Amino acid sequence: MMEEVKEGASALSVHGHNVKVTEALKDGDALTFLIVSEKLSGTGEYHVHRTYEDLEWLQHNLFSQEDVPGIQGVIFPPLPARPQVNPPAKAVKQLGVLALGEWQPYCRALETFLQQVASHGTLCKNKAVETFLTDADPPGKQRARRNLFNRLSQAVEELRKEGHKDVDEFFHAERGRNAVATGGAKNAAERFLDVVLTQQKIAVACGHFSAALHLCVEPGEDPDKQAFSKLCVKLSEVFESMKKNMMNVAENNVNTLGLGLDLESRYQEAEREMLFRRTCKMVEVENARRNAERAKPVKKAAMEEVKRATEDEFGHISKVAKDEVARFQGSRVQMLQRALVRWCEQQLLTARQSAEQLSQHLQAVRALGPRPA
Amino acid sequence: MATSSERSPPPFPDSEDQDLLEDVGGPESDADDGEDLFLSASSPPVTSMDTALPPASKPSDVLMEPPIDSISNPLIKPVTSQTENKPTSEVVSETFDDFFDLTNNITEAAAKDTADISLDEPSDRFVDILGSETPATQEEVMAADVSVAAATDKRDVTNSVTDPPAVGKKEVKEASTAPVINLSVDSSASKTQQPVAVDKVAEPLVDFLSDTPPAVDAPKPSSAAVDLFEDDGSDLFADPRLIKSSKKPQKSLFGETDEDLFGEPMVVNTKKSISKEQKDKPVSSKGAAGDGVSVAGPLEVSNPTEPADIFTEQGTAAVSSVGNASTVNSKTNGTCSEEEADIFSEATVELSLDSPQNERKTEVKAKPSAPTPSLSATTSHAKPQSSAIEELEQEEEEEEEDKFDIYVSVKDPEKIGDGMNAYMAYNVLTQTTLPMFRNKTLSVKRRFSDFLGLYEKLSEKHGPNGFIVPPPPEKSILGMTKVKVGKEDSSSVDFVERRRGALERYLQRVVNHPSLLQDPDVREFLERDELPRAVSTQALSGAGFLKMINRATDAVSKMTIKMNESDVWFEEKLQEVESADQQFRKLHTLVETLVIHRKELSFNTASFAKSAAMLGSAEDNTALSRALSQLAEVEDKMEQLHQGQAENDTFCFSELIADYIRLLGAVRGSFDHRIKAWQRWQDAQTMLQKKRETEAKLLWANKPDKLQLAKEEIAEWEAKVTQYERDFERVSATVRREVVRFEKEKAKNFKRQIIKYLESLLQSQQQVIKYWEAFLPEAKAIA
Repeated sequence: MMEEVKEGASALSVHGHNVKVTEALKDGDALTFLIVSEKLSGTGEYHVHRTYEDLEWLQHNLFSQEDVPGIQGVIFPPLPARPQVNPPAKAVKQLGVLALGEWQPYCRALETFLQQVASHGTLCKNKAVETFLTDADPPGKQRARRNLFNRLSQAVEELRKEGHKDVDEFFHAERGRNAVATGGAKNAAERFLDVVLTQQKIAVACGHFSAALHLCVEPGEDPDKQAFSKLCVKLSEVFESMKKNMMNVAENNVNTLGLGLDLESRYQEAEREMLFRRTCKMVEVENARRNAERAKPVKKAAMEEVKRATEDEFGHISKVAKDEVARFQGSRVQMLQRALVRWCEQQLLTARQSAEQLSQHLQAVRALGPRPA
Repeated sequence: MATSSERSPPPFPDSEDQDLLEDVGGPESDADDGEDLFLSASSPPVTSMDTALPPASKPSDVLMEPPIDSISNPLIKPVTSQTENKPTSEVVSETFDDFFDLTNNITEAAAKDTADISLDEPSDRFVDILGSETPATQEEVMAADVSVAAATDKRDVTNSVTDPPAVGKKEVKEASTAPVINLSVDSSASKTQQPVAVDKVAEPLVDFLSDTPPAVDAPKPSSAAVDLFEDDGSDLFADPRLIKSSKKPQKSLFGETDEDLFGEPMVVNTKKSISKEQKDKPVSSKGAAGDGVSVAGPLEVSNPTEPADIFTEQGTAAVSSVGNASTVNSKTNGTCSEEEADIFSEATVELSLDSPQNERKTEVKAKPSAPTPSLSATTSHAKPQSSAIEELEQEEEEEEEDKFDIYVSVKDPEKIGDGMNAYMAYNVLTQTTLPMFRNKTLSVKRRFSDFLGLYEKLSEKHGPNGFIVPPPPEKSILGMTKVKVGKEDSSSVDFVERRRGALERYLQRVVNHPSLLQDPDVREFLERDELPRAVSTQALSGAGFLKMINRATDAVSKMTIKMNESDVWFEEKLQEVESADQQFRKLHTLVETLVIHRKELSFNTASFAKSAAMLGSAEDNTALSRALSQLAEVEDKMEQLHQGQAENDTFCFSELIADYIRLLGAVRGSFDHRIKAWQRWQDAQTMLQKKRETEAKLLWANKPDKLQLAKEEIAEWEAKVTQYERDFERVSATVRREVVRFEKEKAKNFKRQIIKYLESLLQSQQQVIKYWEAFLPEAKAIA
């Protein structure tokens, strides 16, 4: 998403925007992803196996970069939700289109995540990224605790701070816009998922119908019976190709617009988190100011110090956030455009193929049967 | 004659037969003599008397021997007693009583049973012959020629000498259904004839009466004993025809062709009446005959070719049956065939000699009452058959055309009334070029129960005949209640539309059926402005209807267990129909599921379109915003397509399959009717068996009064058995034809629907392409 790779080349030994998640290996209930990244030197590729825990570890490391100024203003690329083998209905809801198929959509989403991280100007400098992408051994045993920025705590604070008046008009507007966009994108992604799921059901139903038609074939020499049997077989073929067509349509939907909307939705969410963090910092700054003002002379200096530090941090955050938001807006439009165009192209292709098949079937049926109609 | 008799046996030179022949050598010669008598003017009779009388005892022996093989007791007694009677009872009074009873019985039996008729005919003719004898003697030869001429129509026999045997053989064939028995009866009859002839010579008039009884008596026992009838259904059919054909020429009904076959029994009867009664009576009988003819008329007119076929068939049948007959003859005794032949020729003579028999009138006056009922009976029994055949042939004809210039559409469903009394009315539009309708376009208003009423009428009329009457959609309390309550939601609209379509297809199926189209109720339904309100359709609610079908199915399966199906075709078909029913039900469920998913897709697409529109409106980037709202529009159109697709699935397949599930129910119903017909036939047979047993007991008990009643009953049930057997065969044939038609229609129907479906599918796919093509530049335009 974030296309420009500032100094990314120097920070990593691999091409950040070229990271691939080629497959998901299922081992019992655990999923292992094979991550392939091309070396900058052009001498080969790194192949590493990573679990979802490793990814969480990576994300945790990114979040907790205390030393980077304004890190909290970064819109962190969103990590897809934890995948589950044979996910319950609720998990499917959470995962969205990523739960479909044999994890290919999930791999695409992970790929996007890693590319975003690796090509992010700030994040790629983190050692954890290099380690994650290149080290043959999985990163350290220590599992990430749910960090502060995580959604758990958010819910409570959100209510309190979400509506907090922003000092900056830009961020205030952005928060308003983001709130709408988050809801809209989420909704759209869910509706689109429904469409895809229904299409899959239709494909299955077509398959069943096609199979059942085969059972209608009656043996016998009688010409009428044979004609009917042939019709059944033909109709079965028709429904088989309808099934395939519907599968293709659904797949196209998932792979293009489905992933696009999912990413859009998650990114809006990520932006919202970033904005929320900034708001928190802003509240913190305000508190520090108030404290500094009210502080007794003894503590005044210390309070002033805290206030200045917080204000500095907030300044950094706001600056980074402004850049991030601008970048995000540009890239998400590009991303959505690409998704839409590819979606349209693929559906067009599928529709043409289907129409072609149908007209062939139609010809065949016309030639069949009891008497040419 | 003698030569002919010699000829017939040789082809079947079984050793046993020959032995028999040898044994019966005496009688045979007698018979020859008798024939000679007939053939050779009036003087020979005297000599024949001599020869015939002594043999009189012999014949009884002969009778007794062969019958024992086949029938055991019943035959023997009556025959013997009668034979005894005849020679002894030259007194008019005694024979008179006998005569009455006998004749009555016989005529009734004749009326009901074709086989009996065949037996009767000889006897009747015999009687006539006797009556006419003296004048007829010379004409006999002529008559023989005439009958020969009739026969020649069927076979090319030029010799008058050879012909009579042929005719005789045919008759034998008739009898051959109950091979040994009938023959024996015939022989007995023939033998009794001889005595009769003798009597005549002595006392012309009085003897008639005395003579006839023996002849009559003979047939009766035979009919009683004829268990074999049931076995040869086809022969029965063939035989009456033979008789007819031979008779026709005499009646000059030649032009009337086949129908005469059926009308024939009547003809025979009429002859009887004519001969026995005055000229007055004949008129009435002729009227009856005329009825039969009229029934025959349409057929004949419609199928000029058919008669010829029938003739040829008869001819061939005759030939083959001749073979049978001759073998039978050889078994019993060679004389039989000859004698019968004589009888036949005599009968023909008699016919031509109606008027001369006036003398009889006086004595026979009592009779008329008996013959007339028999006539009516025969007519009634001849009619259904002829009409059935008519139907068959009509259908065959029409099936070849297969193009129906009639299209029925059901339009503009309209709710009439309010609340729970509301009902749906539809416009039934008929477009036709058929001349049977008053106008080229007809439009009537019908309510749903009218459609059901039509079905009830049709199924009542045509169901028992084995026709597959297309069933209308079931009543749906749930669906209709929704409509009544007045909810204008999609489900009630969907319900009304589905029902409208189902009614339209139902009517179209009805008018496409060549036989049902002819039904006056159908025409009335399409034409008449106001129909009497259909009643008792209330019982046909959806659940009730289904239950009914299930019950019928159960009954069928139960019955099939009872019925040892002799026809493999039906057995297989029933299996097929049942498996097809299951398949269709499965398919229907699957299609319904598919339709539900399609509707869901349509709904989901609509809501996605909405959220896309929202997304677009919230979008800051103008290009993206516009693209998203374009997307929303595309999705809205897609939703329409999905909606259309759901309807397409529904109406092309779901409803079609539902129709066929109903139709398969109707097919099973027709199977059910066939089995019912079979059951009725079996029951009648059982009853007949019982009656025969009763008669046997009575015979041993020697109770002539009750015996008479028992005989009447037997005759009645015999007639029923043949009638029901014929019914069964007719129903079987109809069901078979209907099933074949059903399958043909099914294949055509499905093909039509599949093509229609594919076309609309293709169309909607092309629409999809168009939509995408229009959207692509919009998506690319996002910068």
